[in-house]
Amino acid sequence: MKKTFKLIDLDCANCAAKMESAIKKIDGVTDASVSFMSQKMTIEADDARFDDIVKEAVKICKKVEPDCEIVLK
Amino acid sequence: MSKKQKKMLIRIIIAAVIFAAGMFIPESEEMLSVMWFVRLAVFLGAYFTAGWDILWKAIRNIAHGQVFDENFLMTVASIGAMVIGEYSEGVAVLIFYQVGELFQSVAVGKSRKSISDMMDINPEFANVERNGEINEVEPDEVEVGETVVIKPGERVPLDGEVIFGSSGLNTAALTGESALREVTVGDEVISGSVNANGLLKIRVSKPYSDSTVAKILELVENSSENKAKTESFITRFARVYTPIVVIAAVVLAVVPSLIFGNWSDWIYRALTFLVVSCPCALVISVPLSYFGGIGGASRHGIMIKGANYLETLAKAKTFVFDKTGTLTKGTFSVTEISPVGISESELLGFCAAAESISNHPIALSVCRKAGEFPKAENAEEIAGFGVKAEVSGRKVAVGNARLMEQVGAKIPGEIKSSGTVVLCAVDGEYCGCLIVSDEVKSGSKSALAELKRLGAEKTVMLTGDRKITAEEIALKIGLDEVRSQLLPDGKVKALEEIYSQKPPKSTLAYVGDGMNDAPSLARADVGIAMGALGSDAAIEAADIVLMNDNIENLPLCVRISRKTRRIVTENIVFALGIKVAVLVMAALGISNMWAAVFADVGVSVIAIINAMRCMRIKAG
Repeated sequence: MKKTFKLIDLDCANCAAKMESAIKKIDGVTDASVSFMSQKMTIEADDARFDDIVKEAVKICKKVEPDCEIVLK
Repeated sequence: MSKKQKKMLIRIIIAAVIFAAGMFIPESEEMLSVMWFVRLAVFLGAYFTAGWDILWKAIRNIAHGQVFDENFLMTVASIGAMVIGEYSEGVAVLIFYQVGELFQSVAVGKSRKSISDMMDINPEFANVERNGEINEVEPDEVEVGETVVIKPGERVPLDGEVIFGSSGLNTAALTGESALREVTVGDEVISGSVNANGLLKIRVSKPYSDSTVAKILELVENSSENKAKTESFITRFARVYTPIVVIAAVVLAVVPSLIFGNWSDWIYRALTFLVVSCPCALVISVPLSYFGGIGGASRHGIMIKGANYLETLAKAKTFVFDKTGTLTKGTFSVTEISPVGISESELLGFCAAAESISNHPIALSVCRKAGEFPKAENAEEIAGFGVKAEVSGRKVAVGNARLMEQVGAKIPGEIKSSGTVVLCAVDGEYCGCLIVSDEVKSGSKSALAELKRLGAEKTVMLTGDRKITAEEIALKIGLDEVRSQLLPDGKVKALEEIYSQKPPKSTLAYVGDGMNDAPSLARADVGIAMGALGSDAAIEAADIVLMNDNIENLPLCVRISRKTRRIVTENIVFALGIKVAVLVMAALGISNMWAAVFADVGVSVIAIINAMRCMRIKAG
C-alpha cells in the first residue's frame, strides 16, 4: 500500500532528509519519501502492518522536528 | 508573510534594538563592576530575545537523540562566544541566523506558492443539476450521467459532453497555450479548462477520479517522490559533512591550544567552524531548483513526473522519435486511388469496409474518404500487416506488401510514392491501391535543428512506414537516421539497438504520441509523450508529458532541464566553495564569526534566489 500524508510546519530541508532516511529503515517499508518543497510524506509499505508503520513514522518525525505536524486522514 | 513569520520579524527587531543599545555601552575595564553587569545584562537580554527558541529546540532535540542539528550547533557557537567574552558576536550570530532562517522560510513559502498557483487547475466545485435545481457540490460527488452547468469564467469540473450551449474553452492551464477551443453540442470537454464566454451544460462522462484534471493533479503531486540523484547525493553528503566539521572544530579548539596556548583565540576559531557546519544551504537549494524547474515547465504545458527525469533529460544526446502524430500531424488523407480491374468506388469500398474495424489513423482516413461502404464480416486485424475480412461474400485483404504476399496476391511492379500505400487484394487477386499521405508538423524541422544546437548527437525516427516515405520525411526535416518498415514489436528492438550505440554517460529520450508506443516510452531512459491531453495511457506510460501537440516544446523542455542542472551545479559549487573558504580562513584566524554567519545563512539565501531562476524560462 502506498499513501501520502500532508506535513504542516516542516521548516527545515535537512530535517526532511533525516526523516526520510529514518522512515526508510523501518521494518516493512519498501519506499518512503519526505518532500520539503511540497510538504508531503509518502510511505509505501506492507499492507498488514501499515497502520503500525505510519504510527512509527509519525514518532520519527516528531523526534526529528517536534513542531512538525502530520495530517493523518 | 504568515503570522508565525511576522511574530519572528518583530522578535528579531526587538532583539536588534536591544543589541544596538548594548553596543553603545562602553566595555568596562573592571570585571564585575556595575557597568560590566549592565552591559552583560543587556546582551543577555538581546541573546534570549533572539534565540530562546533555538536554545529550547537544541535541548529538546538532544533529549531525542538528535545531536548535530543546526539548533545545537548555533547554541554551542553562541554560548561559546559569550563565555570567551565576545558578547556582541555571540548575540549577532543568533540574530543573523534568525534573519536568515526567516528570509529562507519566506522565500521558500513564496516559491512554493507561486509554483502551486501555477499548477492550480483543480476545480473547486461543480454546479450539478438535480431535480430541476442547481446545487454547488464538490466535483467528486458528481456521478457519471449527471448534468453540470458551467458559467462563463468557471472551470470545467469534470470530463463530459456538451448537451446545451456553445462557448470557447481556454486550455491554457493544461497546455500552456492560451488558445480558445470552440465547443458546441456533442463535443467533448476536458476538465481543467476554463469556460471563456457562453453558458454550457455538459453530461458527465467520467467520475472525478478518472477525469483529466485528477490524472494531471496526481502526476504533479507525485512528482516530488521521484528525487534526483543529485538530491540524494547532497543529503548523504550533508550527513557526513556536519560531523566532520564538528570534529575538526574540536580538534582545532584543543590541539593548537595545547601546543601554543592562547585558548580563547583557538576556541573562537573553532566556534566559527560550528557556525559554518550547517548543511542547510546545500540541502535546500537542490530540491528547490528542481521544484522550480518542474513548476516552470508546467507553465508551458510540460508535465514532468519527477526531478530524476529532469536530470536524465539534461544528459540526453540521443533522441528517438515515433513518426505518426509526433513529427507528422497524424491526420492522413487519401490522395490517390489506383484500381486494377475494378472501379475506383469499388476499390475504395472494399478498403473502407475492411479498414472500418481498425482505429489506426490511416484506416480512419480511408473510411472518411469512402463515406458509405459495405459491412465487413469475420474481420481480423493483423498487427504490422493489415486487415483481412469478408466483404459481400468475398475475401478481402487490405494492408502492406507483406500481407499481399501472405494471401498470394502479385503486385505488378513497384509503386513509387512518398505517401503510405494501402494495397488491396480480393480473393487472392491484387486489385489496386490507395495512397494515403500524412503532413509533417510545421515545427518539426525547427525543433530538430534546435535539438542539434543543444548538443543532440543523434536523432532517429522509427516508423512502420515504407522506406521511401520515411526517408523523404527524414530528409525534409533533417533527421540523422531512419528505421522504417518496423513491426510494432520491432520498435522496441530498434530502440534497444540504438540504445547500445549511444555515447557513454549520455541518455536516450524517446518521443512518441502515446498511442501504441508504451513499451518504447518505458524502455527509454526518459519517455516523452506528445499531445497527451485526453490520453490517459500516455500520461501513465511517459515520464514527461507535453500536454499540447507542439513539438517545439521538446527543445524547450531540454533547455529547462539544462538550465536546472546548471543552477543546481552553481548552487552546490557556490555553497561548498564559500563554506570551505570560510573554514580555511577561520582556521588561519583571518575570518570571524560574521563571515561564518554569512557562509551559513547568506549562502542559503543566495542559493534560494538562484534556485528560483529555474522557474523562469521563455519559450522560443
